Amino acid sequence: MFQAASAKLAQTLLVLLIVSAASFAFLKLAPGDPVSIMLGSDYSKASYDQLTHELGLDQPVVFQYGNWLADFVRGDWGTSYITNQDIFELAVMQALPVTLTLAALSLLIALVIGIPTGVLAALYRNSWVDVLATTLAIGGNAFPSFYLGILLIWIFGVDLGWFPALGFVAPWEDFWQGLWHLTLPAITLGAWYVGLIARITRSSLLEVLGQPYIQAARARGEPGWRVVWVHGMRNVLMPLVTVIGLQLGGMLRGAVMTEVVFALPGLGMMVTTAVLNREYIVVQAGIMLTGLLFVAVNLAVDQTYQFLDPRLRRR
Amino acid sequence: MQDALNITPVSGASQWKRRFLQPLLRQHSAMVGLAIIAVYVIAALFAPWLATHDPAAQDLEAALQGPSAAHWLGTDSYGQDLYSRLLYGAQLALIIGFASVALGLVAGVAIGLTAGLMGGRTEWVLMRIVDGLLAFPELILAMAFMAVLGLGTENVVYALALSFVGPFARMTRGDVLQVKNQPYIEAARLMGVSTAAVIWRHVLPNVVSPILVQAGMRVSIAILLESGLSFLGIGVVPPTPDWGLMIAEGRAFITMAPWISGVPGVALAVLLVALNLLGDGLRDAFDPTTQKDA
Repeated sequence: MFQAASAKLAQTLLVLLIVSAASFAFLKLAPGDPVSIMLGSDYSKASYDQLTHELGLDQPVVFQYGNWLADFVRGDWGTSYITNQDIFELAVMQALPVTLTLAALSLLIALVIGIPTGVLAALYRNSWVDVLATTLAIGGNAFPSFYLGILLIWIFGVDLGWFPALGFVAPWEDFWQGLWHLTLPAITLGAWYVGLIARITRSSLLEVLGQPYIQAARARGEPGWRVVWVHGMRNVLMPLVTVIGLQLGGMLRGAVMTEVVFALPGLGMMVTTAVLNREYIVVQAGIMLTGLLFVAVNLAVDQTYQFLDPRLRRR
Repeated sequence: MQDALNITPVSGASQWKRRFLQPLLRQHSAMVGLAIIAVYVIAALFAPWLATHDPAAQDLEAALQGPSAAHWLGTDSYGQDLYSRLLYGAQLALIIGFASVALGLVAGVAIGLTAGLMGGRTEWVLMRIVDGLLAFPELILAMAFMAVLGLGTENVVYALALSFVGPFARMTRGDVLQVKNQPYIEAARLMGVSTAAVIWRHVLPNVVSPILVQAGMRVSIAILLESGLSFLGIGVVPPTPDWGLMIAEGRAFITMAPWISGVPGVALAVLLVALNLLGDGLRDAFDPTTQKDA
């Protein structure tokens, strides 16, 4: 157990190191010379050399990487040339919470709609419920989220006026206003997950419902809801968590699009704006942060298995 | 079941039929998907003949018009004909989708094969690079590559291809490791068959179907990412007829001219649904782990 845990830890550290090297490499590969960008159009050779030295760009690349990593760990991520804002502050304190809130709310909506749909589809297999659920699943999964967002803004934001079309209010400042502003974005992003969750719930439940222990539970005279929701669902959780974890890339992809469509100041918006403005250190911060997030979620998914499946705990 | 098929000595054509065509024909929804995709492919191939206008020709006099006899699907804010742009957009989406997946596949399979067959230090280094690629979500990776490469159609293909290398490489390596130690590979080696021939004739055929299934599913992701990048303004540049660009352009006019984003939006959604149906069908037909019902 201890050995497995330390092997896992070593592996994660290695991946984190690779993530950081890749993010560092990005800045080295990005077009343009950072020194001349910082100096502007008019500068002397001496001031150029001096700034190069001050930034440590005359050192070997390995040293530059080491310095950069040390700064990064200390939270010194540099300053944006355009807004003069501290990048750590911008990325971690401002953008990250927005993206996380959006993702959590979307996941919640997707689970609340997706699981019951999947259960109904499994219980009434091949009925109209099943057909509807499958259609919803395929449609929701394939529909481009940025177009769905535009449609929702048009119908519910502008035409009916039920929800604000754009903008963000932090739920931790004004809870109900924040929730109200996040409803349409969360539906947009959640729609993608609903189908997936419904599909996995349906197929894993169908698999489980044929097992002898379910028949035994039924034979004992346990009520139908208990058989499905207690005995059945327990075994659906594992594949469900796996899929949610595996599809995190899709979630982040959707989140970037959703944030841009609804003008939410999250990580996706930050990276998009930075790419458009050619502000590569901000892009780099975004890359590094999403990489870290990705690794962290995968690790968390791994840990949940032990929690969900008692067989894995004993080993 | 697979083994039985392999042993039966049949001619190449009928073996192909039995292994690939028949299982696929049994997937009805995949056939529906394929039919829809065929319509898009025809539209893309014959775009120059089917289009009624030059897709990039602007005519400000005719801007923001609804569907009419002159402009079948209406015009956008520059007066560009949406029907013609739709057709050329299909061309672009399909080309970028297939080209980026094909490039990513070739590079990924090459890395996976090298890593799986060479083993040792080469494998370690290659797989750590793959780990690095896989540690980022595809869109972020593609955005980063676009930032490095610069905007434009060709660079979208390269950026997407690079972001697909990781999954293909990891998958190929895993399959190669499984196949590598099979007795028939050892037998071929002992018979003095050259390494290249062993890879080409004995290793590749046994890893190819899961990889192709994966490729089929990636095409829809590629098209979604491509239009997404263009929508964000970091993909294809205007006035290229691209669905993502068209949706972005129509966004500002959604209340007064919903068709501007509606035409490419619906076209994109239908194509993605069709590609997903086909991808699911391919998986059900060829992935051994889901073949229970077959």
